[in-house]
This record gives sequence, structure tokens and C-alpha cells, in this order.
Amino acid sequence: MSRDNILDVRNLSVSFLMYDRGLEQKEFNVINNLSVSVKEGEILAIVGSSGSGKSVLAHAILGILPKNARLQGEMTYRGNKLTEEVQEKLRGKEIAFVPQSVTYLDPLMQVGKQVIGTRGSKDKQEAVFNKYGLRDSVEKMYPFQLSGGMARRVLLSTAVISDAKLIIADEPTPGLSPKIAQTAMGHLRSLADEGCGIMLISHDLDLALTYADRIAVFYAGTTVEIANAKDFGIGEDTLRHPYSKALWRAMPQNGFQPIEGSQPYAGNLPKGCLFAPRCPIRTRDCEQSPIMRPLRGGEVCCFHAT
Amino acid sequence: MQLEAKDISFGYTKKNPILNHVNLSVKAGERVGLIGPSGCGKSTLAKIMSGYLKPSSGSVLYNGNPLPNKGYSPVQLIYQHPEKAINPRWKMHRTLTEGWVPDETFLKEIGIEKEWLTRYPKELSGGELQRFCIARALGPQTKFIIADEMTTMLDMITQAQIWHLMLNIIEKRELGLLVVTHSLALAERICTRVVRFEDLMADV
Repeated sequence: MSRDNILDVRNLSVSFLMYDRGLEQKEFNVINNLSVSVKEGEILAIVGSSGSGKSVLAHAILGILPKNARLQGEMTYRGNKLTEEVQEKLRGKEIAFVPQSVTYLDPLMQVGKQVIGTRGSKDKQEAVFNKYGLRDSVEKMYPFQLSGGMARRVLLSTAVISDAKLIIADEPTPGLSPKIAQTAMGHLRSLADEGCGIMLISHDLDLALTYADRIAVFYAGTTVEIANAKDFGIGEDTLRHPYSKALWRAMPQNGFQPIEGSQPYAGNLPKGCLFAPRCPIRTRDCEQSPIMRPLRGGEVCCFHAT
Repeated sequence: MQLEAKDISFGYTKKNPILNHVNLSVKAGERVGLIGPSGCGKSTLAKIMSGYLKPSSGSVLYNGNPLPNKGYSPVQLIYQHPEKAINPRWKMHRTLTEGWVPDETFLKEIGIEKEWLTRYPKELSGGELQRFCIARALGPQTKFIIADEMTTMLDMITQAQIWHLMLNIIEKRELGLLVVTHSLALAERICTRVVRFEDLMADV
């Protein structure tokens, strides 16, 4: 399957300049040298722990980072560089966003109207609410009246009624029951089958595995592995990076065995490989930074992966 | 020892009841998983059973008596979002010692590093903050823990880490546990009994 990349992110780094104590400023490297791409007609799932920079990546692509963010690297959409003007033109139209939290809704506006937005229609909104099992009365509600799961479905509706070519969904399913989550994901899947590119940001591995084509595993603001979704289904041995393997082993259905330690803090990253402090196969080489390399049909960012 | 929700009904408005005659009981040493669709009232039930909300009818009984109105409650609730359950202006040691004062062995057991105590909440990750919420809820008077989607926002590895710590302590002290979750795989892994929310309503 050779399809065109709809979105290409090359060597992206994002850092935030923040006040630390008093007037001291400190730079937090939230994304480090990250490369990832989304093809037409595929769902690329991005999985990784909280604080691994998943949402920041989404915001960087849409150009909605706060002012204290500094960007390096290159992002292209269908071969055109994503500059601020391009981002502003495309977002909400060709690039749709499913935000992570209900706080992205206008608290003083009924949600039905928000879903219709400037380009939707009442019919479309009713159809999509119906599909997600939201009662008619929901369209007249204000965001504070929604349960977590209802809010999530409203957020999803805003993106899927547009005719976007690229949908960036930031954690679209937590708080949803499996049945509704499956409906929502099935809907995203059919949009992808029609040619849309979808970046699905999630830490729900199970769900990602069921619906995505490829999985990008994030750790401390960088991609450590890009694998076919199948590889996770088969198990530990087909995975490449030691972190992906650890992730697999920690799933409740696969042993529930955690590894020690936690992801390094963005203000205080180790030198060289970012996973090295927790890695069972680290050597002296790991004091250098590994780069992404192809391996067994995927990509991995590790010196020792075989 | 037993925590019992007896014939609970609740609604924020009269027209729109959320819970209709719900019954659920958890015994000491038992780990009950509660799963159900979103918006069905699982979290509301969790809040009622831990005494944060009063039901419009029915009662919550702890060993046959109502929950105490003041002082340390034997039923402790752990929320889904630790960052919302912690005062952002307090350093972590103040949050930790709100209800009781854990000793160093306990902190080690739950995986809280000493240097975290002098930090503010925004300087810690979700998994780290959740450990504080768990430690805070595990005082010596605690008999029941209600974990409302306690690890949903965490990655698989942190999730497994936190549950291992938690189950360890729960088993040692023979506490009762009610786990509210969406993940059947998780519930089956950690619980002695799994109930569906729909079934609670059915046995009116």
C-alpha cells in the first residue's frame, strides 16, 4: 500500500519558556526531535504516557500553542509547509481537531449550536448526535450539564461533521463506555477508509490496536518506535523498542507487570537515549542519542533493538 | 465489616433521576469492580457511597450505621483526576498530611520520593500525583476505598505500578475496594467480583 503522506512532521522540537522562581526563566523541552507522518486513508495512533508530548504535538500541528512555545523542525501538509497563515486557513476546515477536554467548549453556548458551528447544518448535527446516541434534548444543553462521556461525544461530533481531510483526535474516547467508544472509533475508521488521514492520540492501547493501521509509541517527547498495529497484537517479540515491550507487558490482559521508575521530567532530561535510565538492555553506547532507523517493517529509535 | 448502598435514588433535578433504587454492598477484603456505560451514574454512586453526596432516598450504611458526618471517614474516595483533588497552592507534604501522617516506610511502599514533598503539584506527573492521593486516602482508620477511574488517565505501565502498590496494601490491611472502571480487562485482573451497573438497577 503506497499512499501519499497527508501530514509529515520532521525533526520537530517544541520547548516552553517558563518562569521558574521569581524572574528566573527555564526552558522545558517537551518535544525532542520527533518525526512522524500520517498517510491518506490511515489511522495513525500515537500512544505513550501522559506528559510524553502527545497533545503538544497536536497543538503544534494546528498552530494553537501558547505564545511562550518555541518550535523547531518542519511540518508539511500535502507537501505544503505548515506556516502560521496556512494553519489558520486550514484548521477547522481541512484539518479538524477533536480536543481532549470539555473545557474547549464555549460554556455559554448550547452544544447543538457549537457542533453546527459556521459550516454545519441542523440536519447533519442531528444525524451525528443520533449516531452517537445523544438524545434530542442534548442539543439545547450547556457544557456544564453534560456528563464526561456526553461531552466527549459532542467534541467528536464537531470534528466529524466537517469534511476534513485530516482529523487530529486528542484522546477522543476516555470516559466512554466500550460500546460508544467502538461506535466513535468505527466512525473514524470509515472516514479513514474514505481517504481521510487520522491521527489518533490515545493511551488506550487496546482501542488503538483495534482500529489503527500504524502505532507510534511516544516516550518523553520523542517517537521511540513506529510499528504496524498487528505487531502489538502478536506480542512482545514482534515489537522493537524496549519501552514498547514494557508497555505490552503492563497491559492487564498480558501479565500486568510494570517496570520500575517513571518518565523523565521535561525540565530535567537525561543525556543520550531518554529511556536508558529504565532500560534493561542499556550499555555505554546509550549515552549517545540514538536516531530513528528502519527495522523489520517499522522504525525504532534504539541502538540495541533487533 | 460491610459498606452497603441500600435502595439509593438520586437526581440533580426531580425530573431527571440518575439512580433508581440501586443496591450494592462491599465486604471487607472484597474487591468489587463496577462497570457500566458513560453517563449512567457510576461516579454519582461513588460520591454517594463515600458520603460526598446525599441520596434523595435510600441510605448508605457502614457496618449497619450511617457514615459519620464529621472527622475522618472510614470510606475514602479516590478520583480520576488527581490534579483536581489537590490544592495547587500547597506543597505536596501539606496535601499528604491532610488526614493523617504517613511514616517513611509507608511512603517507600507507595513509591513517593522524598524530594517530591517539597514540590508543587504542577511539578509532578499525573501518576506521581495519584500516588499522593492514594497515600492520603490510606490512613489507619480507612476501611473501604472507592477508586473512581483511578488510573484511566495514566499509561499502562504507571497503571500497573499503581495497582500493584495499592493491592499490596489493601490485601495486607484487608480493606474493601470498589473499583469504578470502563476496562473489563482491568476489572477482571484486580477484582474478586465484577458487577454491571445495569444489573444494580434491575434488582429493584
